[in-house]
Amino acid sequence: MSKASKLIYFFIFLVTILGIVPWLIEISGRWDYYYTLTSVALLSIASSGVWLTFYIGRINIGQGAYALAGGYVVAILVTKYDVSFWLSVPIAGLFCSFVSMLIGASILRLRGVYFAMITLVLTEVAKLTAMSLPITNGAKGISSIALPGELSIFGISIIPDFSTLANVKLAFYYVAVILMIFVFAGMYRLVNSRIGHLCRSLQQNEELASSIGVNITILRIIAYSISSFLGGIGGAIFISISQSVYPTTFQVADSINFMLNVFVGGMGYVFGPMIGTLFIYFGWDLLFTTGKYQLLIYSSIIIALILVLPNGLLSLRIFNKSNKREAK
Amino acid sequence: MSTILEINNVTKKFGGLIANNDISFKVNKQEILSVIGPNGAGKSTLFKMISSFMKTTSGEVLLEGKRISNLAPHIVARMGVVRTFQETTIFKTMTVRDNIIISHHLRSNSNLFGFFIGSSTARNDEREFARSADELLEFLSITDIGNELASTLPQGHLRTLGIAIGLATNPKILLLDEPFAGMNHDETMHMVDLVSSVRDRNVTVLLVEHDMSAVMKISDRIVVLNFGELIAEGTPKEIQENKIVIEAYLGSEDDSIGL
Ligand SMILES: Nc1ncnc2c1ncn2[C@@H]1O[C@H](COP(=O)(O)OP(=O)(O)O)[C@@H](O)[C@H]1O
Ligand SMILES: [Mg+2]
Repeated sequence: MSKASKLIYFFIFLVTILGIVPWLIEISGRWDYYYTLTSVALLSIASSGVWLTFYIGRINIGQGAYALAGGYVVAILVTKYDVSFWLSVPIAGLFCSFVSMLIGASILRLRGVYFAMITLVLTEVAKLTAMSLPITNGAKGISSIALPGELSIFGISIIPDFSTLANVKLAFYYVAVILMIFVFAGMYRLVNSRIGHLCRSLQQNEELASSIGVNITILRIIAYSISSFLGGIGGAIFISISQSVYPTTFQVADSINFMLNVFVGGMGYVFGPMIGTLFIYFGWDLLFTTGKYQLLIYSSIIIALILVLPNGLLSLRIFNKSNKREAK
Repeated sequence: MSTILEINNVTKKFGGLIANNDISFKVNKQEILSVIGPNGAGKSTLFKMISSFMKTTSGEVLLEGKRISNLAPHIVARMGVVRTFQETTIFKTMTVRDNIIISHHLRSNSNLFGFFIGSSTARNDEREFARSADELLEFLSITDIGNELASTLPQGHLRTLGIAIGLATNPKILLLDEPFAGMNHDETMHMVDLVSSVRDRNVTVLLVEHDMSAVMKISDRIVVLNFGELIAEGTPKEIQENKIVIEAYLGSEDDSIGL
C-alpha cells in the first residue's frame, strides 16, 4: 500500500470513530453503545499488549493480572491519595511494567506451554493478592472512585472535570478511542521498525538471534513490559468507568479473552487485536438473546473460526487488500 | 603470524560423558582451521563452547587474550565470534535480504528507541545495512534470490544464506558447523571457493566438516578430535600422514573419512 492510500485509510478510520459513530449513536438513541465501544477500545489496548508477547513467540494468558493491577493502582491513588486520574493512569501502566520486568526476568526463559501455564496462574495470583492485602480492601474492593477531574497544563484546561459533563459516557468514549489510536499507531511503528524485526527474529529462532548479537533476554523483557503497560492502562481506565474495582473485575476468563481477541483478529496483523476484540465483544453481546445457550454457541463459533481462519479475521480476502505487508 | 583465539584446557562433561577432554590449541589470525573427527567426537560441543552457547566444565577460551568462555552468547557475538549452526538455521518467514539486513544488528549505532522514533542515526543505520546486505548478496552471488522467502530455498542456497548471516555481523572469527553437509560435489566446490574468499575479508574461519576432499583443499591447519580427545594437529599433509589419525579412523566404524 502506498503512503498516500495508508493516510486515506487512516483518515477514514478517524472520521468514522470520532465523528460518524458518535453521530449514529446520538440519532439512534442507543446510548449503551458508548459503553460497549469504550470497553472494546480499552480491552483492545490490553489485547494489543498480548499480541506483542505473541510476536516474540510467547503465549500470554496473564494479561488480566496486569489489567487488575492497573485498576487497583488507579483506584488507590485516586481514592486514598487524591492523585489526579490523568497522572494515575500512566503510573498504573508503569507500575505494571515494573512488576512485569521482575516477573518476566525469571519466566520469559520458558517457552510454549510452560510460559502459558505460568501466565495463566498470574491472574489467579493477582486476584488472591487483591483479596488479601489491606490496601486493596479485600473482597469488598474499592468503590465510589471519583470520576476523572480536570486536566490542565500551565493553567490551560485541556480536559474538563468529568463530573461537570452532561455526557460522561461520550467523554470516556473519546478518551478510550483516542488512546487506542495512539497505542495502535505506536504499535504499528514499533512493529515496522527494527524492533519489530528483532522481535520476529526472536519469535522464529532465539538461538540464531542471539548468535547475531541480539540481547534476547532484554528484548523479551522490553516486549513483555510494554505488553503489561498496555494491560495496566487499559484496566485502569476500564475500572474508572464503573468507578469501582473488585478482585474479580478481571479474572482468568478475561485473560483468556485477551488471548482470544488476538487469535481471532490474527496474530500476524498489528490491528488484529482491535478487530478481534470488536468481534468477540459484540459477538458475545449479540448472542445474549440465545439465553442459556449463549456460551455454547459462542464457544463453537470461536473454535470454528480458529479452525477455518487460523491466521485470524484479518487474513480474510476483503481485508487483505489493505494488509498485504505480511505476505509480500 | 599472530594468534587470535586460544583454547586452553577446555573440558566439557555431560554427566559421566566427557565430550571434550582437556582440549588446547591456538588459531592464527586469518587462517582456515578445520576440526575433524568421527560423529560424536565432540566437535559441535567445542564450537558451542567457543561461541559461549554452552558453558565449559573447565578451561577457558581467549579471544585476543580476553576470556570469552562462559559469557552471554550475544556478548561473544559482539566481540566478534559468530557461529553458524549444524542444522541450517535462518529466519524462515523473512526474505533472504531481510535475513541479512537483520543480521547487521550488531553494527547499529542507534539504540532501540532511536529505531522506534526513526532518528537520523537509525535511518543512517538502515541505509548502511541495506547497502551492505546488497553488497553481501553480490559477494555470495545470490542477488537474484534476495527477495525470496527464506523458507522456500533449496539446501545449497540455505547454506550460503547461513554464511551471509554470519558475515553480516562483521565477525573476527566465523565458526561454520558442517557448511557442506547435504551438498553435491559442484555445490561443495562452489562453497569451498566461497569460504576461501571469506578469509580475504579479514575473517578467521573455524570449520567442522566431514567432506575430507573439501577439508584438505581448504584448510591451512587441521585439528583432529576423537572421543573428546585432541589426537592430532597440523597441516593437511601432516594429518594425512599421521599414524594415530589413520589408526583412529580405521579403528572406528566411521570410515566415511576417505583417507
Ligand atoms: N546437550 C548435551 N547433553 C548430553 N550429551 C550431549 C549434549 N550435546 C552433545 N552430547 C554428547 O556429546 C558427544 C559429542 O557430541 P557432538 O559435539 O555433537 O559431536 P560431533 O559434533 O563431533 O558429532 C556425543 O556423545 C553427544 O551425544
Ligand atoms: Mg556435530
